[in-house]
Amino acid sequence: MLSRNSTRAAQRLLRAAAQPQQRLNLARGFASVSDAPAQTVQSDIFKPTKYGGKYTVTLIPGDGIGAEVADSVKTIFKADNVPITWEQIEVSGLDDASPTGRTEEKFQEAVASLRRNKLGLKGILHTPISRSGHQSFNVAMRQELDIYASISLVKNIPGLKTRHENIDLCIIRENTEGEYSGLEHQSVPGVVESLKIITRAKSERIAKFAFSFALANNRKKVTCIHKANIMKLADGLFRGTFHRVAKDFPQLECNDMIVDNASMQCVGRPQQFDVMVMPNLYGGILSNIAAALVGGPGVVPGCNMGRDVAVFEPGCRHVGLDIKGKDQANPTALLLSGTMLLRHLGLDDHANRISNAVYDVIARGQVRTPDMGGQATNQEFTRAILESMEKAL
Amino acid sequence: MLALRSIAAPVQRQCWRAAPRVAVSFSIQNQRQYSSQDRVAKFNGQKDAQGRYTVSLIEGDGIGPEIAVAVKDIFAAAKTPITWEPINVDPILKDGKTAIPDAAIESIRKNKIALKGPLATPIGKGHVSLNLTLRRTFNLFANLRPCRSVAGYKTPYDNVDTVLIRENTEGEYSGIEHVVVDGVVQSIKLITREASERVLRFAFQHARAIGRKKVRVVHKATIMKMSDGLFLNVGKQVAKEFPDIEFDAELLDNTCLKMTTDPVPYNDKVLVMPNLYGDILSDMCAGLIGGLGLTPSGNIGDECSIFEAVHGSAPDIAGKGLANPTALLLSSMMMLRHMGLNEYADRIEKAAFATLAEGKALTGDLGGKAKTHEFAAAIIEKL
Repeated sequence: MLSRNSTRAAQRLLRAAAQPQQRLNLARGFASVSDAPAQTVQSDIFKPTKYGGKYTVTLIPGDGIGAEVADSVKTIFKADNVPITWEQIEVSGLDDASPTGRTEEKFQEAVASLRRNKLGLKGILHTPISRSGHQSFNVAMRQELDIYASISLVKNIPGLKTRHENIDLCIIRENTEGEYSGLEHQSVPGVVESLKIITRAKSERIAKFAFSFALANNRKKVTCIHKANIMKLADGLFRGTFHRVAKDFPQLECNDMIVDNASMQCVGRPQQFDVMVMPNLYGGILSNIAAALVGGPGVVPGCNMGRDVAVFEPGCRHVGLDIKGKDQANPTALLLSGTMLLRHLGLDDHANRISNAVYDVIARGQVRTPDMGGQATNQEFTRAILESMEKAL
Repeated sequence: MLALRSIAAPVQRQCWRAAPRVAVSFSIQNQRQYSSQDRVAKFNGQKDAQGRYTVSLIEGDGIGPEIAVAVKDIFAAAKTPITWEPINVDPILKDGKTAIPDAAIESIRKNKIALKGPLATPIGKGHVSLNLTLRRTFNLFANLRPCRSVAGYKTPYDNVDTVLIRENTEGEYSGIEHVVVDGVVQSIKLITREASERVLRFAFQHARAIGRKKVRVVHKATIMKMSDGLFLNVGKQVAKEFPDIEFDAELLDNTCLKMTTDPVPYNDKVLVMPNLYGDILSDMCAGLIGGLGLTPSGNIGDECSIFEAVHGSAPDIAGKGLANPTALLLSSMMMLRHMGLNEYADRIEKAAFATLAEGKALTGDLGGKAKTHEFAAAIIEKL
């Protein structure tokens, strides 16, 4: 069942890829200006609800800096008259007694809303460390909605100087099993087992997704990241499945790399990577390493794709509790995730206008948030983007 | 189960408080408890009649013999009181399992210390790597991986000086895996209080030994609340015995992000973590300073310790005199320090870093043209 559906999804993507005019303009296009307005997945993958000419999209600002950056996204989208109505739900992972604190009801409401709207823009929810604390809402949401593929787009932003140049890679991460299965038990006091689950079906699904994504976005190479030399069965299954799926995509180059070597290569020579596909935990590690190479979690957009639902969220998942309420947050990651959402809906004109304005402000370098080496507040940065959009009209 | 533990724990604590002497004898019977005074993994080797220590030397495959010669030459020039005992660890099959020849095991047991070059792991199904076999045979529970920027070799990162300690025996690499049904695999990450306590205590003691004031646990207890939670809690407990050392914890994601953004804030800390995270992060740190050819590594155990070069055996350049012996040399410095021969280590290290910084006699991998023996000769000259 699973594999048949993903085959179909892949075939659709393939078809889209075969016609250059119609290719899925998800990743490459998010930065480029000159890309021809491309047809999108709208009619292909699933149909979001559209009432009165407007799409309804679930907005979950999240904890930490979430509220601030969500506000700037709303302001900017409104200024561009984007035909989206937000259905905002204040879920929180923070355990406090205040009315904004964590409740199961809010979480369920968010999941129901996402199911209904099929589209969401989401900040990051806090997860406590304590053992009595609840399970991560972020992980629970991904499992509940089966949004199995996480995509992080890591790319140097023009004008934002970092230690490395010419990075353009994409991390695709299995989102629903692996080390984040949440299955743990204490056999005897002081001895804990934590289960990592790898299944062929889900490995195949993510591998197919990665290859289709690479094709659809004109990428050349897919690298599988694993630790099959030690976890011969689990990661061996993941790697084996990857190579089997690779046979269906002879036009793409494929290779695999052990995760420790990949991390080392990533800080040394990140330019060698294109699309990378991996199980859950390695994805968390590598997306953080890669994000640091191009300027931190504030500038890396991302999304979680499933068969029915797509949730767009920053590609490097940090809550940012330490700078909460200080007006220092960088909205770029959520804004670019938002433009990915717009392209997903086929609203490419809006997406281009907004992303061009963001890149323009960063490239000019006068107004930047502290994480990009500037002194501007989030609001000042947002205003600069609005001005840039106005000028472009 | 919970209730049982809550009863057992206070009883144990009372024992410690009421009768420390009893507690010590208790610790001998029950290997789980270490007295806080005892040094974990202390070197117990004996000098011979000439006042020299004997060290088992595993030259390794590929470029191993060449770089071992360089290290031996440099040690001889520095007049270190060490006699090498070359041993052969070519794997043998014992009851159908890969094993190390008894003579090699005996040698390491006797000398309690070994230096090891790179070993080639033949890729084949079911074959356990020799590195892993050595680790298991001698129960080398901690992997110590310092990374320091080398002045002569430019990377995008300057002034890196990190120290990572990795739990080496369990965690994700426990090797417990099974196929539940076709296409569904479970792999078990095992975390025990005993192993966690041992490696954490080593981390604190090592921090003291190298004069660092902070120990930081890297974990992912938000997701793996029980396993990483246990590791973290043991860390908090052990920290109480070391009031002079600051203890904190950081989420794996944050460590990856911050270290790659700017590794300098980590220069005053010792990081300690479970197996997989340690494996990935220590290699990443090596990437920051230019690769595995420049990083030493030590595998520390209670009975004996093995210091090694973690890079590959590079069969393509073997025998050509092109290999870079830096990693093995730096590992041997760590070994000298572990043996308490600090003054020799300091002298050789100074000469080695000066030679690298000067940049006149670098090997090919660092952009130079020198042969292995020329590089060694340059260091010897500085001595």
